[in-house]
Amino acid sequence: MSDPTEDDGQGIPAPEGASDLIDTEYEIGQDNIDGSVGPFGFDIHNPVFMISGIAIVAFVFYTLALPEQAGSAFSWLFSAVTKGFDWFFLGAANIFVLFCILLIVTPLGNVRLGGKEARPDYTYVGWFAMLFAAGMGIGLMFYGVSEPMSHYSSSVGGVSYSVDYTGPMPEGEEDTPEGWADRESFDAATGISGATPADVQAKIDAAVPEGQAGLFSPTQGRTDWAPLGAAAGNQEEAIRLGMAATIFHWGLHPWAIYAVVALALALFSYNKGLPLTIRSAFYPILGDRVWGWPGHVIDTLAVFATLFGLATSLGFGATQANAGLNELFGIPVGATTEVILISAITAIALVSVVRGLDGGVKVLSEINMGLAALLLIFVLLVGPTLAVLTGFVDYLVAYFQYLPQLSNPVTQTIAGDAGRGDVNFSQGWTSFYWAWWISWSPFVGMFIARVSRGRSVREFVICVLLIPSLVCVLWMSVFGGVAISQVVNDGYTDAQDAALALQLFKMLDVLPLAAITSFVGIVLVIVFFVTSSDSGSLVIDTITAGGKVDAPVPQRVFWCVFEGAVAIVLLLSAGGLGSLQSMVISTGLPFTIVLLIMCWAIFRGLQAERRI
Amino acid sequence: MGIASEVTGTGCAGASNGEQPMFSKIMVPVDLAHTDRLAKAIDTACALASLWGAELVFVGVAAAVPGSIAHNPQEFGDKLTAFADSQAAAHGITATAHAAISHDPATDLDPTLLKAVDEIGADLVVMASHIPNLTDYVWPSNGGTVATRASASVFVVRG
Repeated sequence: MSDPTEDDGQGIPAPEGASDLIDTEYEIGQDNIDGSVGPFGFDIHNPVFMISGIAIVAFVFYTLALPEQAGSAFSWLFSAVTKGFDWFFLGAANIFVLFCILLIVTPLGNVRLGGKEARPDYTYVGWFAMLFAAGMGIGLMFYGVSEPMSHYSSSVGGVSYSVDYTGPMPEGEEDTPEGWADRESFDAATGISGATPADVQAKIDAAVPEGQAGLFSPTQGRTDWAPLGAAAGNQEEAIRLGMAATIFHWGLHPWAIYAVVALALALFSYNKGLPLTIRSAFYPILGDRVWGWPGHVIDTLAVFATLFGLATSLGFGATQANAGLNELFGIPVGATTEVILISAITAIALVSVVRGLDGGVKVLSEINMGLAALLLIFVLLVGPTLAVLTGFVDYLVAYFQYLPQLSNPVTQTIAGDAGRGDVNFSQGWTSFYWAWWISWSPFVGMFIARVSRGRSVREFVICVLLIPSLVCVLWMSVFGGVAISQVVNDGYTDAQDAALALQLFKMLDVLPLAAITSFVGIVLVIVFFVTSSDSGSLVIDTITAGGKVDAPVPQRVFWCVFEGAVAIVLLLSAGGLGSLQSMVISTGLPFTIVLLIMCWAIFRGLQAERRI
Repeated sequence: MGIASEVTGTGCAGASNGEQPMFSKIMVPVDLAHTDRLAKAIDTACALASLWGAELVFVGVAAAVPGSIAHNPQEFGDKLTAFADSQAAAHGITATAHAAISHDPATDLDPTLLKAVDEIGADLVVMASHIPNLTDYVWPSNGGTVATRASASVFVVRG
């Protein structure tokens, strides 16, 4: 180790033996500007803070000044990215899962984050609570009932088609017996007797969204939102398929995405001594250039992704809390209530922000975990307990059974081949989800990294990948399972028919103590909301302060207020949540490339750790 | 340093009578990134330490993540020790270092310092603080909070 009196904070010291420090002249905070505005101090990275701040303000003004133009631009962007790059999202997510499994089974997993002697900063309970609250939070509340329900509904019914597009074949021809049979059923379903290829094409054109007909297979497939080939009329299989598809979106893939980012951040800052920002993971590739413009661009992208991802989540949270409050107390649904909600929740988040990581986020996360567990156990006990528990195992099996098909990145028709035949599902759901998780990954990843020091890589990956996935399976099995059972066994369809934001409350409505559980539901949405806003401010502040975690607290307050303001403005604008989602997706695309490169950087970094 | 000289008088009287020195362990919180702003407080503490033959303990608070001072807790501890040694040599006193690691130093500074007072067993804290302004009403200074809550005596040096 170099003499500490000599360099006095300048440059990175020589390796200490405990970990493989990277030797660079960069000093953390060297590009920062510090000073004070009135009595408030600041310490920000130049130019990441300025560029991201100004660009976000410009974006908000554009949305407000030209709402129609912005609205159509956003919907174009949304559809171009989810449809044009679905194969890329699906393929990349598969790579992340395989990469994580590789880390678990190879000796690379032995490396300890923070050096060989490092010991974990947090207990398992505190750690899980935080990574779970940050990672999924509001999403589980919003989609817990509605997603299994949607997939089930479209799988059991819906519109499928199967036809020989090149023209009717002579009856009895050996190579197309199935096509004929299906075509006959299609005739029956469409009510066109002896439908010609033109009739069929017209039907497909009418059923699929405008301009997307070319994406559908000319021979067979679905024009609704059902996953894979659906299970029309087969209730049991439709439930399994619906649950498998839901678990697919909340299981291994999203957590593998988070694990990659979190591991890259933890490894390059705890073991290599680089600042806790996204750019540090690019050091093995870019070298010292990472402290210049390439790094600025990477970090600015991360700020965009985090801010828009959070604002979307805040939008979902406000919509759902509003729906719940309306159901329970008759509080009117509308922009005014949502604005009040976002403002009030941002105010609570501010208190948490000022209390810091241990006094704020950690406490809230543990409250959340406790409340969510109570709600889960309650729904499990008062619902069809045994059926849900056996369902848990069955759905897990169904997930692995359907996993190869669901994760197949070839979703579109290629050269006349059938492809998967479920473009609406694979692009509208999977592709959107992957882009959403990826755009959230800098935020969740940095947060997980911040609280993961002292864990070994294997322990880290197992805990970030497998345990949250299992909890998600359990959550979805209970909430989705009970809701579907209400439809299938009790004939209660209120939840099925309700708007997405309301489905959870409609499901709770027919269970005992509905008023209390719905209230707990609303509290959970709000506390998850606060946790996201709080930890998000912490993360954006760290990135815009060049990796410094001890920048003045007023900066976090600034970001927390800024997130709330962006969420309000965009929620009120013409595009509403749609414009937010488009931004999330659009930042997700370049970030997927960032993540793929990260995998390689992690591999290199871990190899170097193994050599010491 | 008017106050310091007053204290000097009393201290000398106590020491010359062969009684126990007024303070035997003095804690000095330091931010290694801004030692220039702490000069007055550090000089005060060193003067008091040499007067009573008290031990100085420099306390630094850092996060486990790399920062502008050090890249890991161990390196931070080494740098703090080096700082304490240089102060000891310069002022001819006994000085040690106590590195406290906090998850979130920006918000946890006060509780971390208060914990350090007890861990070290300090009987006097000498720390720098700014002149109070409007924000101190909603957001008290670290010196203010430590003076309010610490079990030991606290000497807040304005500068």
